[in-house]
Amino acid sequence: MFANLILLIGITLMYSTPLIFGALGGVISERSGVTNIGIEGMMVIGAVAAATASYFTGNPWIGFLAAGACGALVALLHAVASVSFAADQTISGVAINMLAPGLALFACRRFFDGAAMTPIAPKLPKILGESGLAGTAFANLNVNVTTVLALVFTVIMWFVLYKTKWGLRVRAVGEHPAAADTLGIDVYKVRYCCVILSGMLAGFGGASMTIAIIAQFTQTAISGHGFIAMAAVIFGKWTPFGAYGACLLFGFTQALVIMLGGGDFVVPSQILSMLPYAMTIIVLILFVGRSVAPKADGVPYVKGSR
Amino acid sequence: MEASPEYAVQMHGILKTFGVFTALDRVDLDVKKQTVHAILGENGAGKTTLMNILYGLYQADEGEIFMGGQKVNITNPTEAIKLGIGMVHQHFMLVENFTVTENIILGDEVCSAAGVLDMAKARKEVMDLVEEYGFDVDPDAKIQDITVGMQQRVEILKALYRGAEVLILDEPTAVLTPQEIEKLIEIMHDLISKGKTIIIITHKLKEIMQSADECSIIRRGVYMGTVDVHQTNETELASKMVGRNVNLTVDKTPAHPGETVLAIRDLTVKDERGIEQVRSLNLDIHAGEIVGIAGIDGNGQQELVDAITNIVKAESGSIKINGEEIVNTTPRNTFLHKIATIPSDRHRWGLVLPFSVSENTVLERHADDEFGPGLTLDYGKMREYTTQLIKDFDIRPAGSEDERMSGLSGGNQQKAIIARMVTAAPNLLIAFQPTRGLDVGAIEFVHKTLIAERDRGAAILLISFELDEVMDVSDTIAVIYHGQITGTFAQGTVDENQLGLLMAGGEAK
Amino acid sequence: MSKLEKFLRGRFAAAVVAVLVGFAISAIVLAAAGYNPIGSFAALFNGAFGRPKYIANVIIKATPILLTGVSVAFAFKTGLFNIGAEGQYILGTTLATIVGVKLNLPMPLQVPIVLASGIIGGAALGAFVGWLKAHFGIHEVITSIMCNWIAFYLCNFVVMSDAFHKPNSTSALQVNGSSYTMILGNWKKSPDGKAFLKGIPWLREIVAKTDLNYGFIIAVIVAILISVVLTRTKLGYELRAVGFNRDAARFSGISVERNIVLSMLIAGAISGLAGALTITGISPHTITLLAAMESYGFNGMSVAFIAACSPLGCIPASILFASLIYGGMSVQQVMGAPSDIINIMIGTIVFFTALPGVTPMLADMVAKKRKEQESIKVSKDGTPLPEKEV
Repeated sequence: MFANLILLIGITLMYSTPLIFGALGGVISERSGVTNIGIEGMMVIGAVAAATASYFTGNPWIGFLAAGACGALVALLHAVASVSFAADQTISGVAINMLAPGLALFACRRFFDGAAMTPIAPKLPKILGESGLAGTAFANLNVNVTTVLALVFTVIMWFVLYKTKWGLRVRAVGEHPAAADTLGIDVYKVRYCCVILSGMLAGFGGASMTIAIIAQFTQTAISGHGFIAMAAVIFGKWTPFGAYGACLLFGFTQALVIMLGGGDFVVPSQILSMLPYAMTIIVLILFVGRSVAPKADGVPYVKGSR
Repeated sequence: MEASPEYAVQMHGILKTFGVFTALDRVDLDVKKQTVHAILGENGAGKTTLMNILYGLYQADEGEIFMGGQKVNITNPTEAIKLGIGMVHQHFMLVENFTVTENIILGDEVCSAAGVLDMAKARKEVMDLVEEYGFDVDPDAKIQDITVGMQQRVEILKALYRGAEVLILDEPTAVLTPQEIEKLIEIMHDLISKGKTIIIITHKLKEIMQSADECSIIRRGVYMGTVDVHQTNETELASKMVGRNVNLTVDKTPAHPGETVLAIRDLTVKDERGIEQVRSLNLDIHAGEIVGIAGIDGNGQQELVDAITNIVKAESGSIKINGEEIVNTTPRNTFLHKIATIPSDRHRWGLVLPFSVSENTVLERHADDEFGPGLTLDYGKMREYTTQLIKDFDIRPAGSEDERMSGLSGGNQQKAIIARMVTAAPNLLIAFQPTRGLDVGAIEFVHKTLIAERDRGAAILLISFELDEVMDVSDTIAVIYHGQITGTFAQGTVDENQLGLLMAGGEAK
Repeated sequence: MSKLEKFLRGRFAAAVVAVLVGFAISAIVLAAAGYNPIGSFAALFNGAFGRPKYIANVIIKATPILLTGVSVAFAFKTGLFNIGAEGQYILGTTLATIVGVKLNLPMPLQVPIVLASGIIGGAALGAFVGWLKAHFGIHEVITSIMCNWIAFYLCNFVVMSDAFHKPNSTSALQVNGSSYTMILGNWKKSPDGKAFLKGIPWLREIVAKTDLNYGFIIAVIVAILISVVLTRTKLGYELRAVGFNRDAARFSGISVERNIVLSMLIAGAISGLAGALTITGISPHTITLLAAMESYGFNGMSVAFIAACSPLGCIPASILFASLIYGGMSVQQVMGAPSDIINIMIGTIVFFTALPGVTPMLADMVAKKRKEQESIKVSKDGTPLPEKEV
């Protein structure tokens, strides 16, 4: 029983990690007023970049950084569309979600002789090394280093958003861009930075799936995680810690799927697999009306209009 | 006029076009130091555009700007701020969920090291300013929790915090009570005595007479000259602004009220945050009577209209129209009871802008068999019907049935809404801010239509934040404060000051 | 105005420019990855239109994405983003399979009932998303994505369930033959039909060697019908009013909630029909275990956007994308380049259709250039230069 509990906590932390990175990306982008439905696509790009770079260099940290960089590059596209061209941010995000898997698979097949998955790549370390706590009841608490990084990033984002001048500006731009503009704050620059940052974080999220949880990129490595992360942003009221907590909840449902699926439980695995998605809808039903989005979220800012 | 150090601001030959539209046609403006200079013009005349150019939000196509005799080049607000220009926009540029201090320091933050905010120090700097100018503002309050008058003072503080010497106030009195206006004028004179220069943009003549030293007039983007306020009067200013003699009073005969049409009893309505905005409100309106609601924005006017039109649910109470209960039914039911509403925000509530004019005119009535049998919609019939309305109500351009509604001017859009509402021959016509953003000609049209509807026998509920409009048009004036009617007067039995006191929550003398 | 400028300001410009950019970007990606872009595009074209059989297959491929395209376009015209066409499609295939397997009626009854079950499946899922939006205000994009995955696993559940699993395979049982909707379905396999078709090789190729079915005709009829509903009926008027301005619609007495649910229900029904037609029209006439999303819904979004959400515009757009997708498979066979290049191309095209300002900007550039050239011409003639524009 106790071992099961530890296992449940371990798996929850593990599976919530990619979601947390994705959700942090969503928080920073939406706080600046840009809806980013493309988080999913940016995570896919990060996932393939991490596994590929890690495989070729043998250094998973290079893979992790490559994932951030590639995610940021894709996010740049979204920024150009939604900030400079005042495009429909939903369509742009959807386009990125189409483009990214194509790009990811194309790259994968190009580098690995037409295979739709990468070979096994070196993984990022666990916090206590490969065999830390091995043999003890707490073995499953030796989590991936990305799990710790996710928490560190959450704290940093909270500090930046609420305790520094940049955070004040980001929040102002997301609430009332015209007000920020009249005080000489470059709304476009702030939004570009935030969207690119969100891509980087989403890229890290992809990496924490393919070089931490599993050790390769596959077509289904990222399947809806970006969207669950977006739901976590709403559930978490657009705050870093709120999103973090929401992701833990979603990670927990994922852990339940694995724990229940493993035993001699009567529920078929396909039905269990629906749990995280159904859970997301239920959570949204319960909480969506009660949280308030940044006022200018999703509204392109055109200079000279109010 | 030559550039000279005596002038705080001089703008010469300012030309600004938006596409084919010339917003400003070589306009001149010379503002003497330490004066209050008014810029007078109708809605859309180009006053705000001129000031946005001075503040660096727009770039002029041609023209020069001088400050203290020196030529300056202002390409963005940061430049303007550096040159000592501050601007208080008509729609406040405040972040609602930020505190007063956060709003003031935004963009020019007080930081300790590496960009980390030092809120204690920032708060002290704001407090110093508040004390220096004797403003009544709490630095820790959130904007969404303070009154409009206080928000305006925060805006002024924002400019002063950045060392503004020239302060631009865009329509500063639009949302204030008479008492708050008086206080603002005091503040303005105090600022002048401390060496500042103030430019106010307005279309209200009375305030110019009260507060300004000089007044420059702009009509449809053309500079019409500058007058010394002490040597002119309201009528002269008005005719210069509009370009013809205007009748500043509203012509109407005494009302002959009939049966009670609208009877509201103990109505309570909450807003989306769950706060009671209308609290046990009672109101009666009779046939052939215009009841005007005087009050400051945010005292329950919106929620009152929303409840009558069934856009939101009321908590409790009753709304009867000709004796029939309509509370907490549907907007459709409101329409079927012959209640027509001219909404305050016509773009949000009144029109489907991407629709054609004729698609808009049938919004309530498209389901009638008149516009096609059964499930079908007959665009030919809709067009015929609309052509007639365009003719009857002089909506311009003529023949615009198939034009997109977004292509019409604000005045003509409002006419289209009024045409739609009036053709329904309503028992109750609700006019919520019906003249907002309209020019003098269109305002006259709206007021005449309201009176004509009254004379036809309709009950009229007029809600306006412009006290003058309420006092001029209504037969009965009711004051709303904190969601309750705090006083009811027949026209002519109450003056502005009494109403102002009630609007601010005080007792009438 | 020059011809080019006129075209750029026209209604087709955005689509054409987006497609051109899509090809250009794909060419760059191919070249950068070391494949010959021209050869690849030749293979693409040949693979789509090289033989009558290929053309028939393009039409078969176009059927589901025309319908999901119309579904997305219809929802978009009413202000909703139906990213859930994928799940609605999957549920359509699943329900059609369940009913088609369990029910065996004469064809004139069986086909409509099987199609109707697919429609009901899609409509139910669409209406659920609409209901969540109307009553709880949850953005339809997120709930749709969640529903896509739920439909995905539901489909797999049915495939693996005892009642429907086909032993030793990864698919469910085939639907009964009376559900089939192939053109000349039985006749083409009869001795008479075989003998007749032998005489006409091209007809034999498209009829006997493919699953050419009535689906595309039905899809075109649906596209026309939806176009009429949107522009010529009171229902369409209300739906569009709600789509453009929810507040004004509510204010004038139109029920916003009802119309949102209705719109998603109709959109879902169309996608569900797409799924059902796949089951009745093409082999293996059943659902199989899904490893990844099949992308019929997502490709439908591409179709809708390139058609600027005009239901009729979806007809040529679906042919375009079907030829890209079907022809794209030859790119891998002939050139060895990953066929995912097609997804990159489609993604790029959609991305560029999302940018509203591109074609007017190009038009402005053309206009400016023309004016410059004209002013040069004038000065050569010796007449004074026009005043410099500021």
